[in-house]
Amino acid sequence: MWDILETGAWIVSFILIAYIVIDWFRTDRSYSNEMLTSSREGELEAETERLHREEAKGGQNG
Amino acid sequence: MAEKKSERVSLLRVLGPAHVWALGVGIVLVGEFTGWNFSADKGGSMAALIVCWFVGLLYTSVAMIDSEVTSTVAAAGGQYAQAKHIVGPLMAFNVALYLVFAYTMLEVADAILVGDLLVEVAAGAGAEVSRTPFMLLTISFLAFLNYRGVLATLNMNFVITGLAYLSILVLFFSVQPWSQGAVLKLGDMVTPDNALPYGWIGVIAAFQFGIWYYLGIEGTTQAAEEVRSPARSLPFGTLSGIITLLIGAAITWYVCASLLPWQLLGSTFFPLFDAARATGSQTLSTILFWGTILSAVASANGCINDASRAWFSLGRDKYLPQWFSAVHPKYRTPYRSIVFLLPIAVAFGAFAGLDQAITFSILSGVLQYTFMSINIIMFRRKWPLDSIQRGYTHPFHPLPAILLFILCMVTFVAIFLGFGSQLIAMLAFYFIISIWFHFFRYKYVDRAAQFTMPWPKPIGY
Repeated sequence: MWDILETGAWIVSFILIAYIVIDWFRTDRSYSNEMLTSSREGELEAETERLHREEAKGGQNG
Repeated sequence: MAEKKSERVSLLRVLGPAHVWALGVGIVLVGEFTGWNFSADKGGSMAALIVCWFVGLLYTSVAMIDSEVTSTVAAAGGQYAQAKHIVGPLMAFNVALYLVFAYTMLEVADAILVGDLLVEVAAGAGAEVSRTPFMLLTISFLAFLNYRGVLATLNMNFVITGLAYLSILVLFFSVQPWSQGAVLKLGDMVTPDNALPYGWIGVIAAFQFGIWYYLGIEGTTQAAEEVRSPARSLPFGTLSGIITLLIGAAITWYVCASLLPWQLLGSTFFPLFDAARATGSQTLSTILFWGTILSAVASANGCINDASRAWFSLGRDKYLPQWFSAVHPKYRTPYRSIVFLLPIAVAFGAFAGLDQAITFSILSGVLQYTFMSINIIMFRRKWPLDSIQRGYTHPFHPLPAILLFILCMVTFVAIFLGFGSQLIAMLAFYFIISIWFHFFRYKYVDRAAQFTMPWPKPIGY
């Protein structure tokens, strides 16, 4: 049984790694690098700050 | 089509406080199942208890400090993003490397542990197997999971961490802890003669492995960019995590020190599993076997999550090639960073020993904690309490920072006593890589985009 488990572990590992590598190449080919690397730090914080400013401005006008 | 639908892609904000807890406790809990007990080898069972308390103080300080800073600097990269905003780019680069090393090496150690445990079980059944395929399966399965999405990754971590913790509680209540002598024999195991066999120097030496009770709880901060409410979830998840671990560490010491003589406790790789075997119960042995496996898997899982976020952040800020900062448009994970770190972990797992992986992980971790004690002092000076809103404010400042710094220094002495050459080699590595960053890499960094938090100017600038 342990021989089967050992062989199974090798096979499943290679399948998982193959899936990752194939998907990685497919994704890189399907999308532009600019889009894939477009994430920016602090986006949510900046957006929250902008909304707060707009709310404060709206409150003053109202 | 997808390219037309969305021009920007970022990490997904789907996590809650339970996921933060699962990330932090999941990374750490394996330390109760293996690692902490080597402190008994350095200084006896009583030394293991003393460092459990003192290192517990160190990590309580870490958790409190981290909760305050990260509830304010809510960005992937955790302590790296903190260092970038509060100290400067060179410190940030070093901190990110500490993080990647600490988590990748811990992941390797976890995978080796899973392999070794299965090899031992196979040997018990009369079979001879290699640990390599099981180690490879652990790393590749968890990398696959991390690649496919953070929610499923940390949902799984929540379940298996909970089950592993439950196995400790089952062992604790099964041995009637309220009735010493029934099963537990602490008075026989720890006597005035053997409590501190090497005296107080043994206690100092034990600090190095006492770290394992809690190593990695600071990893909760890496989820900062993926939690729905960072200001609430991060402090809640981190502080509940350290409370969970303090209780778990005390229970673990009490049960193991009451069932195993200190020489065995200090040399076994599986103290809780051996403690369960010492009770003579096959059921408890099976439960603790699975507890050990699950804790190692949960730890490796969290480590892949955290190391990839730190590497991703370095790429996003151009501290490393920006190529690493890609986010998968479907799974919304830092997939290139996950793929890049996968063969590194496999290579270390195949060619490095468990003790080397553990030592590199601990060294990088303690360097990071030393930074955190300085970081919080600078944070409070530059942005006092009334200048920016914090999700959590830690009490008794600057006492936790001072305590953390002192305990880090004690731990460095302990590491120097046991692994002096590795400590010097590691410091030399960070020194050389810092020179490389300063002279050859920093010119590519977009300096204007470094400061992303909407804070007022710091005092003194």
